[in-house]
Order: sequence, then structure tokens, then C-alpha cells
Amino acid sequence: MESMVELRQLRKTFGPIVAVDEVSFTVGQGEVLGFLGPNGAGKSTTMKMITGFLTPTGGTAKVNGFNIQEQPLEAKKSLGYLPEGAPAYGEMTPLSFLVFIAEMRGFRGAELDRRVAETMEKVNLEGVAHQPIDTLSKGFKRRVGLAQAIVHDPAVLILDEPTDGLDPNQKHEVRGLIKTMARDKAIILSTHVLEEVHAVCTRAMIIAKGKVITDGTPAELEARSRRHNAVILRLRGPLPDGVQAVLEGVPGVKRAEVIDEGLAEHEYRILPADGQPIISAISQCVHRQDWDVVELSVDRGHLDEVFRSLTMPAQALT
Amino acid sequence: MGRIGVIFKRELIGYFATPIAAVFIIIFLMLAGAFTFYLGDFFARGQADLIPFFDFHPWLYLVLIPALAMRLWAEERRGGTIELLFTLPVTLWEAVAGKFLAAWCFTGIALALTFPTWITVNILGEPDNGVILTSYLGSFLMAGGFMAIGSCVSALTKNQVIAFVISVVVGLGFVLSGFPMVLDVFSGWAPQFLLELISSFSFLTHFNALSRGVIDVRDLVYFLSLIGFWLFATALMLEWKKAE
Repeated sequence: MESMVELRQLRKTFGPIVAVDEVSFTVGQGEVLGFLGPNGAGKSTTMKMITGFLTPTGGTAKVNGFNIQEQPLEAKKSLGYLPEGAPAYGEMTPLSFLVFIAEMRGFRGAELDRRVAETMEKVNLEGVAHQPIDTLSKGFKRRVGLAQAIVHDPAVLILDEPTDGLDPNQKHEVRGLIKTMARDKAIILSTHVLEEVHAVCTRAMIIAKGKVITDGTPAELEARSRRHNAVILRLRGPLPDGVQAVLEGVPGVKRAEVIDEGLAEHEYRILPADGQPIISAISQCVHRQDWDVVELSVDRGHLDEVFRSLTMPAQALT
Repeated sequence: MGRIGVIFKRELIGYFATPIAAVFIIIFLMLAGAFTFYLGDFFARGQADLIPFFDFHPWLYLVLIPALAMRLWAEERRGGTIELLFTLPVTLWEAVAGKFLAAWCFTGIALALTFPTWITVNILGEPDNGVILTSYLGSFLMAGGFMAIGSCVSALTKNQVIAFVISVVVGLGFVLSGFPMVLDVFSGWAPQFLLELISSFSFLTHFNALSRGVIDVRDLVYFLSLIGFWLFATALMLEWKKAE
């Protein structure tokens, strides 16, 4: 896999504050890397250095083989960037704005017209092509920002919170668009929405206090959850005593917790001893006991829980 | 058309897409006319020239050009578009030049629209049109000087009010640098050559030479290098304060 983005000990300080602390990684073609992290973790600052807006205090960033500091024009040519908040010139229309961006990227004549028209179609902007951007809704503004980032079909796409502030339908659309572009590009996106990692990312990276804390596939990240491979069991009816004790007696089970003990139904979460699957053992046990089962399911683990436990170590979950 | 041209075109169209163009041009023409005919006693002087018209230009520019220049970079920074602009394949210098040239050209359009005054004086008498032409040239160059100062100050701050006030003060310093008001600050302690240097920086001295019909290369070089200097400073400020 060819590496399209390559960071080597990238560092940025603002006075005494270390915003990005020696971050190194590579992203290859076909990868969609999700940057996760609390506000102020250094996600945006890292992106601003990759795109050449900020000068790093130390280290290097390469885009498509070009060092962004030494060959900024070449690097920027193979880069599409959606800055946070999708800024655009508000008095322009989406059409004139895209034409401007395409001209800045060196397209002229029929080639320019074709690219602008194709991009407008891709992000569904045709309906508002001639309205000033200032008058558009947040969703449309975001699409304008996305359109300017992809008008030149860049090899590397950097998206700072591409779905922030969109409604669920718009989020779905934008994610779909990112997925269709993912095959032949290297994409880095930042997000606060953890479900987005599942939806679009092939790789997730948690950043806190300027450092990379974890780097892996979304599934690997989930496996770090305490609740990974836990089993949720819901039973109906008047219940004999000692259900918890029975469940904890099943081999491989570490603990059974009561989530909800109502009158009609009872819900338990059964945690595995070492993250190994226990559902079939539980299933056999339930069968033997002849309980009235409403639900039996595997918990794949929760990214938000992993996220919290990694970024707030002082308040580690118990 | 290079990238400077693309930025230039976008910026210039931008003035006309907003009320800025109409407001600026109308106010400029109204004030230029009012000063010429009332304060300058255009008719009563009985002279077929445009001296009363051009004499007020430094003062008009002093207030109006900072109003135009204050948004040059402050607005880019406030709206976040500065991040967009500088992550496009464009050099700092191209962006600074493109935006400045558009703003300068816009003041040139406003200046050119004062042509009825020129027609009037040609109907009333027989002015020296050569002098008028060099005066227009001088006025345009001076406008560029004010604009370049405003561009640099605008690059320093997100706040347009601050940008406006500081540009006016710096511009005033350049207009008055041949006058006691500015020279007295230095005369107690600074050596003579410095005083002469400061007074040679005056917009008025160089503008007056051009508006008397004398094209001296030194005056042209003065304005062009002044513009160059302030644009260079603009680029430095942007590089320094880009992230804020």
C-alpha cells in the first residue's frame, strides 16, 4: 500500500502550550482514517499542518510524496481540504465559488465547466447553484465546503468535522459520499460522533493532549471495551432466585450485572472473563434452566466507553 | 490568467456583489464634488484647472481608503476563508498581490468616475490637460499607498474597527510627515538627516509635485516602493499571525 500522507514527529507549540506532540503515522490509498479526541486535543491543528496552513514547530508532513513545507504548491495540488465550519465567501453563489476554486486549481474552459458541473451533481448543489452562500442552510453550506474540496479529484482528502451540525439525513448522505470516494483516495476526517467511525472509517485514531493514544480498526478499538463480547440477556416472568449466581457459574463468565429488574422483565449484562465470546455457553445455560427469554444478544463493545476511559484516565470507568 | 488574476477577478467582482461598491463610489463622488465646489471655490477662482479638486484627495483617501482596506484580511480571518485560501496551491505573495490589486483597481474605478469634473472644466475653459492627467496619476498612486498601508494593518487584526482606526492614524502620519505636527516629535533629538528622511516620506510632497504636472521618476519610485514595502509587510504579518 502506497502511503499518501506521511507524518514524522510532527509537533506544534503555541508558546508554552504543546498542541501536537510528535505525532507520526502514514495513511495509504483506500484508507479512511478517523481522528477522534476531545476538543482541544490537537486534531484540527494536526490537519492544519498537513494542509500547509500552519507551519510545524518540528517534524515533517508529506502529502503524495511532497513535503508540505518544502514543496507546498505540489503538495497542495494533490490535497483537498474542508476546514472546520466549512468557510466560504458568503457573497458568492455555489457556482461562482466553485468556478473560483477550480480556476485557482488551474482548470480552464471546458474542463473547468465539466468538473464544476460534476461536483455540483455529486453533492446535490444544483438546486441552489445561483443563491448567495450566505443565504443557504447549514447543510448546503457544508456541501459547498465539501464540493470545493473535491472539485479537482484530489488523491488526499482532509475533512475537519465534515458532518458537524447536519441533520441525520444529511449526515447519511455525506457519509455515503465519503465512502464512494474512499477507494482511490486517502482520507483523514475528524469527528466527535463515534458512530461515524463505524459508518465510514477503516481506521480510527484517538488523540488526546496532542498525542496519539490508540490507532487501529474500529473493531480493534471496540475490543478494548470492558463490555466487548458481553452478553445482554432479558428474561420474562416471575423469576426464581439466584439467577445471577447461576449465570456467574457458567464457564468463562466473570460477572453478571443486573441492568434492570422490573416486575415483568429482568435484564442482565454478563461480562466475559477475558473478552472471549460466551454467548453459546450462556445460551446452553438458559436452555437448561428453561427461562422465558425475550432477548439474548452480544454487546460488541462501546466506542464511547473506550473513548472516555482512554481520554479521561483519572476517571477510569469501574 | 495566472492565480493573481483569478484572485483579482474574484475580489473585484466581490466589491460589486455587495453594497460596498455602490456606497463607496457614491460617497466618494459626492464628497469629491462637494469639496471641490464649496470648500475649493471651484467657480469663484476663475481658473480653468482642477487644483481645488485634487487638493482634497489626500484627505478623502485618508478616511475612505482605510474603510475599504480594513476588510481585506480582517474579513478573511474572521470568516475562516483565510484557511481556505492558503491551502489552495497559491503563494502568500500571489494572494497579497491579487487582493491588493483588486482593491486598488476599485479605487481607480471610483477615481475615473470623477470624469464629469474634468469635462466641466474643459467646457468652461482651456485647462492644461497634461497637468490633469499627471494629477490623476498622482492621485491614483497615492490611493495605492493608502491601500497598501490599510492592507498591512488589516492583516494584523480580526477586528475591522481597530484596522480602520490604525490605518487612518498611520495614513495621517504619512500625509503629515512633512509638517511640524509630525516633525516636532523628532526634532528635539533626532539628527537632521533623519528629519529630512521623514519629511521626504510625505504623501503630500510627492503628490503635489505630480499634481503640478511634473512627472519625476523619484515620485513614481517613491509611491511604488512604498506600496511594495507595505505589501511585503502584509505578507510578513500574515505569515506571523495566520493562525490567530
